[in-house]
Amino acid sequence: MRHSARRRGLIAAAVLTTGAVALTGCVQSEREEGGGGGDAGAFVFGVSGEPVSLDPAFASDGESFRVSRQIFEGLVGVQAGSADPEPLLAEEWDISDDGLNYVFSLKEGVTFHDGTAFDAAAVCFNFDRWRDFEGPAASPAASYYYGNLFRDVGLEVTCEATGDLEASVTLSSAFAGFIPSLSLPAFAMQSPTALEEYQADDLGGTLEAPTMTEYAQEHPTGTGPFVFDSWDRGASVSLSAYEDYWGEQGDVTDITFQVSGDPTASRQALEAGTIDGYDLVSPSDVGVLEENDFRIESRDPFTILYLAFNQRSDSNPELSDPRVREALTLAIDREALVSQTLPEGTEVADQFIPPVVAGYNDDVTTYDYDPERARELLDEAGIPEGYELMFNYPTNISRPYMPNPETTFTAISGMLEDVGITVNPQANEWGEYLDRMQGGTDHGIHLLGWTGDYNDTDNFLGVFFGSDSFEWGFDNPELFTALAEARTAADPEAAVSQYEAINEQIAEFIPGVPLAHPAPSLAFSPRVESYPVSPVNDEVYNLVELAD
Amino acid sequence: MLRVIGKRLLLLVPTLLGLSILLFAWVRALPGGPASALLGERATPEAIAQINEAYGFDRPIIEQYFTYIGRLLTGDFGNSVQTNRPVLDEFATRFPATVELALVALAIAIAVGIPLGYLGAKYYGKTVDHVSVVVSLLGVTVPVFFLAFILKWIFAVQLGWFPPDGRQSPRIDATHATGYYVLDGLLTGELDAAWDAIVHLVLPGLALASIPLAIIARITRASVLQVYGADYVRTARAKGLLPRIIRDRYILRNAMLPVVTTIGLQLGLLISGAVLTETVFNFAGIGQFLADAVFRRDFPVLQGFIIFIAILYSLINLIVDVSYSLIDPRVRVQ
Repeated sequence: MRHSARRRGLIAAAVLTTGAVALTGCVQSEREEGGGGGDAGAFVFGVSGEPVSLDPAFASDGESFRVSRQIFEGLVGVQAGSADPEPLLAEEWDISDDGLNYVFSLKEGVTFHDGTAFDAAAVCFNFDRWRDFEGPAASPAASYYYGNLFRDVGLEVTCEATGDLEASVTLSSAFAGFIPSLSLPAFAMQSPTALEEYQADDLGGTLEAPTMTEYAQEHPTGTGPFVFDSWDRGASVSLSAYEDYWGEQGDVTDITFQVSGDPTASRQALEAGTIDGYDLVSPSDVGVLEENDFRIESRDPFTILYLAFNQRSDSNPELSDPRVREALTLAIDREALVSQTLPEGTEVADQFIPPVVAGYNDDVTTYDYDPERARELLDEAGIPEGYELMFNYPTNISRPYMPNPETTFTAISGMLEDVGITVNPQANEWGEYLDRMQGGTDHGIHLLGWTGDYNDTDNFLGVFFGSDSFEWGFDNPELFTALAEARTAADPEAAVSQYEAINEQIAEFIPGVPLAHPAPSLAFSPRVESYPVSPVNDEVYNLVELAD
Repeated sequence: MLRVIGKRLLLLVPTLLGLSILLFAWVRALPGGPASALLGERATPEAIAQINEAYGFDRPIIEQYFTYIGRLLTGDFGNSVQTNRPVLDEFATRFPATVELALVALAIAIAVGIPLGYLGAKYYGKTVDHVSVVVSLLGVTVPVFFLAFILKWIFAVQLGWFPPDGRQSPRIDATHATGYYVLDGLLTGELDAAWDAIVHLVLPGLALASIPLAIIARITRASVLQVYGADYVRTARAKGLLPRIIRDRYILRNAMLPVVTTIGLQLGLLISGAVLTETVFNFAGIGQFLADAVFRRDFPVLQGFIIFIAILYSLINLIVDVSYSLIDPRVRVQ
């Protein structure tokens, strides 16, 4: 009996071993001879989540853009360290007097990763592609930016190759932000050959169930310094240097975007040495990391955190009284708020756009902290002591412009109570919160904000105040018209002064309180000697310098 | 026997149907919809309406349910709102990670839990027994996420013995043929990759093993104690049989029946319990994706994944029931 049991065990072991050996023959290692890509040029960046799409035309999220900025380039780039547009694949452009026609002169000697030449035909192929999206490809979940900036506002774009390296683009109506908008990754140039080969526009399925294309998952093909290698679902995306890149190659030869989770998990991964850097460092981690010789880089703020007043509030109709809005503004000590609750590098805001954005008005009307005057104004408006004000804020969420909404809420509540207001706190989870603020009138004052996509004033002011919305609950035709006119100005210079005037108009109307421009920070291991921080996240890793 | 198995499988149908109704109602009762979670601050009422229309979320819930069930019958679980990929593909990609983790956790739980329980019973009332009881108590009372954080903080962050998260070090150039990273490393001969994957499994495996380990130890202890006093054990002793033979053939074999049931149930629970562990350790399995889906209100993923887990759970239970008769010939599946 015992012998037979032992024999059975031996047979089982023999079968397992044989099976394993047989399988070994079936599965080949895909490693190149000589081993891995070499650690010296490897750069591992920790990200909070996976990209949604590697085809930037079908992306609108930061993680997708972070990856696609390495693979793709647009006609227009962004000046290092600023938000201003500068030539990239287009060397220069001429704008017609009516602001409708743009002639782009293209850079010579640029090729896509699949060897396709970059020329005017390729440029027009991309413009035509965006315009002709249909079905699921034309949904806001897919081509959000093209829809938002062109399709939904009826702005038609046509492109004609007027030479090998000259493309003429015509707009159906003037759009002052056209050039800056082209610096968005969503409008990067993609290889016509690859787009056609992998049917990049065929989002598959039906309207009810669109699916991402194979192109957007496995074959993104641009002209950028890095080539797509692989996407290990749920874990990482790997890129390697493009040997025929037209520009500077840099120190980094391989990039891995490693999903490292929330800021705490990312900090631990950095400390353990599994990643070289990560974004959106918690304000509370900055000091500790610096003490331990990690490198902290802060971006110039391109954000706005504001306190909005709902003038059609069910609970607080008094918010439609300008005296009440002014009183609430005067009650808030923004200096204290910034120094006590927001990360280092945060700037106090007095307008709804950050200072680096065109149209920022240095002489705008400001409301300095004055609780006495706030009380007087409340009295004048007939607001009794202990007046109950609904204050909405989101929980369990951290945004680049609002790292910790609960703390910000607590600080502001204290200031409002100091002028005799009783705060009625209303907290919601993020999704529900957005629904409540943007889909109805059941809210009073609330915290929200925005991180700019690119240097366009309309991308801030137009988004907030371009039309009547549930969030702000006011109808101000004068403001709506002014914004529409500035957006469609033929001359971008003229648009700047129009926006300056609009900023004053907003300051006098007081739709809410611009609170702060928080500055996001990144952390790096000591081997990273420099990192090209950009207020609009235009950070391409061929400019990362690594220690030898 | 086959008829019994067939009947059990048929019973799965009404069970899953009921579950699908509950699930459908539950995910839609969550505050905030997928559209606002997807679009964030950019959500204009028009954009939200367009997305709800595209995914059919604007239709009457009954209609949505029947459309969903109709598709389900053809094997179409829909697409993830977040990634736009078929739910089935998402599940298939992430499933190996969870299976790998669950098996490691189960192996730890069995390897430590059964001896611990057995020793506790053998040395009833002595120090070893007290240790066994305390470990079981701690295992079931300390929340998994807390244990996971502590393990990570001590062994990954402070001591640096194990990686803090992930399934494989990003610096390792590994070939992933099957999605089971340890197996992949062994099959391709990339032993460094296999070792790296094993090292990544240790901390999450320990964290996930804590509850089943405690339960297995308790059940083993109780069951062994009961068998210890049985007449046939006393007879065996009186016959002068070797203690090892008494232990292996008389005590453990008889005491194992409830333990096997428990192990089977734990395997099912491990797969669902991986949600917390995978989230803390950024382990790219179905648990982590499911947790993400809750935050992103990714209805198709929530429904699909939970149904898959339910099917797995039921099948594992069936296998456990069938395995009874193999262990104990007295039990015949009726």
